[in-house]
This record gives sequence, structure tokens and C-alpha cells, in this order.
Amino acid sequence: MSRLATNPLVQLTLWRVREFTREGEALFWVFAFPILLAFALGLAFKSRGPEVVRIAVEQGSGAVELVEALSSGERIEAVLLEPQEAYSRLRTGRVALVVKPGEPVVLQYDSTRSEGNSARMVIGDALQEAAGRRDVLEIRDVRVTEPGARYIDFLIPGLLGLNIMGTGMWGVGFGIVKSRTHKLLKRFLASPMRKSDFMLAFMLARLAFLGVEVAAVLAFGYFVFGVPVRGSILAIAAIVLLGAMTFSGLGLLTASRSKTIEGISGLLNVVMVPMWICSGVFFAYSHFPDAVQPFIRALPLTALNDALRMVLLDGAPLLATAGFLGVLALWGVGSFGLALGIFRWH
Amino acid sequence: MKRYGDVTAVAGIDLQVRRGECFGMLGPNGAGKTTTIEIIQGLLDPDAGTVEVLGLTWEGHESDLRQRLGSQLQETKLPEKLTVEETIRLFRSFYHRSKAVDDVLQTVQLEEKRRAWVAKLSGGQRQRLSVACALVSDPDILFLDEPTTGLDPQSRRQVWNVIGGFRESGGTVLITTHYMEEAERLCDRVAVIDHGQIIALGSPRELIRSLGADHVVEFALEDGVPVPDEALVGLPGVEHVAHDDGKTRLTASRVHQVVPALMRLLADRGASLSELTTHHATLEDVFLSLTGRRLRDE
Repeated sequence: MSRLATNPLVQLTLWRVREFTREGEALFWVFAFPILLAFALGLAFKSRGPEVVRIAVEQGSGAVELVEALSSGERIEAVLLEPQEAYSRLRTGRVALVVKPGEPVVLQYDSTRSEGNSARMVIGDALQEAAGRRDVLEIRDVRVTEPGARYIDFLIPGLLGLNIMGTGMWGVGFGIVKSRTHKLLKRFLASPMRKSDFMLAFMLARLAFLGVEVAAVLAFGYFVFGVPVRGSILAIAAIVLLGAMTFSGLGLLTASRSKTIEGISGLLNVVMVPMWICSGVFFAYSHFPDAVQPFIRALPLTALNDALRMVLLDGAPLLATAGFLGVLALWGVGSFGLALGIFRWH
Repeated sequence: MKRYGDVTAVAGIDLQVRRGECFGMLGPNGAGKTTTIEIIQGLLDPDAGTVEVLGLTWEGHESDLRQRLGSQLQETKLPEKLTVEETIRLFRSFYHRSKAVDDVLQTVQLEEKRRAWVAKLSGGQRQRLSVACALVSDPDILFLDEPTTGLDPQSRRQVWNVIGGFRESGGTVLITTHYMEEAERLCDRVAVIDHGQIIALGSPRELIRSLGADHVVEFALEDGVPVPDEALVGLPGVEHVAHDDGKTRLTASRVHQVVPALMRLLADRGASLSELTTHHATLEDVFLSLTGRRLRDE
């Protein structure tokens, strides 16, 4: 007890943990937010049969017959509308495509939207079939519903990574800048406190809740959506731990010069938003051009997400993620070292 | 010397603080007191000049020195969500040598508040906690930057008692203040600072004595037409005449002679008083006579 009571690193870490546990709002954001997000996204992308295609048919000769022919199957929901109304619904996304009857039949849709493209194919086929086309090859559909291959399975590891990044960077960044604006840093500077102890405390304090935070997201995914946890718990723990340390280090670096809460909020967003988008949280980063792939792979959140997916979904051993862990460690050590050098205490 | 852009905050401050004494820096806001005390504490680097503390320079001895100094800074906001006891324990952990938490709590009379969050403390209690964090290492020198600014008289006296106790145990104190009573009551020697320079240095008694007399008579006239200075200087015991904000100030040694003589003079001239006060000369009067301004504009 007395050893701990006089150890500066322990006392500084206790300070950070207490600041956090005694702040109700912070607890909400760390624990409830990722679960709410996973729940909302999980519902939105819930596994179900092929989507119903909603289209409009413009009024004109042959339009009524067209609507009847298209509506015979289960996949298409067609409505008959005045041209103006049809276009207005297309613009606002309430229908994916507008059919103008005539010779030739005109299909109007937005090719940059995936609903538009899939509607184009479905309606194209339906029109051809209605006109008498016979398929020469028989095709049978098999839908993937197996856990581990659905969108929610892709999403949960990404959200876990996102949460580790967010709580690490916001928690450390705000804590540092608040201490600076309250002149507490200056007061510490007047004492013989070791600067590295101070910074390590911010990183260590993250460990106190990391386990609960990660378990909450994984348990939610597992019990509500059946998202598998195939790798070893130890491997997951190691990745999560390294990830948390890395993003605390980045939080330190981001906050190392900021003098105001407004300033640090902006900076944190500048650092994090590109990773929200590029690092494969909500969609695979393979969508980006080849030229930028090396840069995306070098981002710490990309490395964390890739490592988590490998272990959680594919059940890969820890060793298989060594490359990703190397990228994370490099970011963590580099940012901690740089932060220590350029840190502003006043 | 310390410059901020074109503004020179402190220039040519040369002083020596003796071991075991309480040394005060008295001056108005913006005089350069905080800059000076922070340079001495090694928190700011001077643009020119040297500092030695306990016979050591900051260069190369920083960690040794920090172990031996206690510090209370002007604008520190201690963590709101820690308790009093946790805060003291946190600061205590930084030092090799330290006092028991209970002893420090007793010294600053916060035993009853030990489990209270800092957020729940009054201004005076926070200030005493701040001093407690400075005392917890049992320092050789205690630095206090305006420790009682904004406190009510009772809280102020409580802080003074804590400082007094530290002095009795042989500690050296360096304190800044813009309260003359504080300087007079606590300090063995005072440096009066204005515009980044020392304009007077000595014990409070010496400084007051430098006025030439130890009483001040202040008066104002009903019609506001001033009496010529020559007539006032001729009054028995008057050392100095000054005008301040429509009032006339006489620095005098023998109030019992000055006041009747003044009344006679005014009666002869047909002038009538709207105000008359007398008081023992203070450091405020010293500052006023040196600069023509008051320490605080209140």
C-alpha cells in the first residue's frame, strides 16, 4: 500500500482514472456510444432477402401494361406517375429508376448510386423477359447468411478499432489541454515530477477501462448479431492493448501544443476523420485507388482494424498480424517520443 | 530581464533573499512580480541575467532544486474531481522527502475536508490546499504568488497563519502580493516593484520611515480651491505635501500638532473641510509617494 501511495506513476494514473470515473458523461460516450452505433448500423444492414426495387413508370401509351408486367414478380414495385412527379421521386431517392414507355424504352437512373445500378439490371432483365427473351443458361442463387461474412461481421471489428482510437485520442487530448488551460501543467513543472511519468500515466489510465470497453462491444456483437469471435482472447487482448497505447500516444502528440479546447477539438478531428473514412471502418478500403493504398495501409487505424478482423473473423494467430502490430508500435513509440520533445507545459 | 515582444516585463531586478527570512515583492498588477518569481523558480527563462537558488543555478541542478522548493502559483486550478487528501497524496508522490498527509492536513486546517472534492471547496480552502501541496515536501524555500488575492479577511488570516507556522520551523519564504497589510504583517523585507523594476527595498519599517514621518493627514475642502503648498509645509511637523484625486495629503510626524494648526490655517483663509482623516503611514503611502499612484485601483 505505502509503496503505491508514494509512487508518482501510480498516483498520476489514479488521478486520470478518477477524473474519468467521476465524470458521468465520459462514461456514456466510451461505453454506450459504440453499442448504439453498432445497433443502428446492424439494423440498417440486417441480413434479408434480395431488396425490393422501387421504380416509377411514366404515364403514356402502353404504360399500364408495362406496370402490370413488371409487378408480376416479387422483386419489383412499380407505380404509374406523371412525368414530373416521377422525376421528382427519382431525384429524392424514393424510386431508384424511371421507365419511359415507347420505342425504345428509356430507363432513367443515377449511375453513381448503387440502388440505381441494381435497378437498371433488374428492370432490364424484367423488360427483356416480358418481351419474350428466353435465358439459355440456368442460374441458381445461394444467399450468404453465414456468420462471419455479413456486413455486421465486417462492421463490429471496425467499430471496435474506431472506439479504441476515439476514446484514446479524445480522452488524452482533452485531459492534457484542460490541465494546460488550468495551469496545472505549470504547477507540475514546478515540482520534481518526471515528465515521462506524467505522459505514461495518461496512457496507463486507458488500461483501466479498456477491457470492459472492448468486452462490451464484442459481447454485444456476439449476442445480438451472432458476430463470431474466432481468434484467441489473448491475441485479441494483445492487439487491443497495443492499439490503445498507440492512440494514447497520438493523443499526446496532438495535444502537445494546443492551448484551447477549441483548438484541440479541431486538431483531433483533422487527425481522426481521414481514418474514419479511409481505414476500413464502415467499408473496405480496397474501394480507394491503388495509388493511395500504401498510404492507407500505413495508417494506424487501418493496421488495428486489419489485425482485429484477421483474429476475430478468420481466427488467425497473433503472429500472423505481426506486420500490423509493427505499424501500430511504430506510431505509438514515435508519437510518444515526439510529444515528449515538443510538449508545451505553460 | 524578461521581454515579451516589445514589452519588457522585468528589467534590472537585483535582489538577495536570505535564508530563513520572509521576503515580499509588493507592487500593483502587471508590475512584473509574477514574472520575477517564476524566473527565480526556473519556470521562465530570463532573456538576460542570472539566478541562483540555494547556491545553485538552474542549469544542471533542476531536479535537485525542485526537490527542495515548494511552490504555489497564481492561477493553478487543482483537479476538481479529486478529494483534498488525494490531491495532497498526488503532489507528495513527486518528492523523495515528504511529510505525512495527516500532518499537512492539520497544518492547513483541512482535516474535516479531507474527503471533499476540490470542486466543493471555498476559495479560502482551495488556497490553503494549494499551499498544502507546496508544503508537503517540507521544502527549504516556499514560493507564494499572490496567495490571498480575492480572499475574505478571515481566509486571508488563515493563510497567513500557515505561512507563519512554516517560518517558525525555519523555512524561507518568497511571496508576491499587492496587499500592503500582507507585506507589513508577514515580511522581514520588502521589494517594492513597479514597471518591472525595484523602486524601494528594505524592511516595512525602514520603508515607512523613509517617508520622513509616520503619520498621514488627508483632507479635502468644500469649495475645492486648494491651499498653497508653501502654507502647508510651514505647519509644525509636516514633512511632505502631495495632492491625490482632489485631496491633499500631508506626511507628518506629530498629528496632535498638525491637525489644530491646519484647522487654524483653514479658518484664517475662510475655507471649510469636507473631509479629514489621519492614519499611521503604511507601505501604501510609500508606494504612493514613490509613484504618485495607488497599489490597487479600487
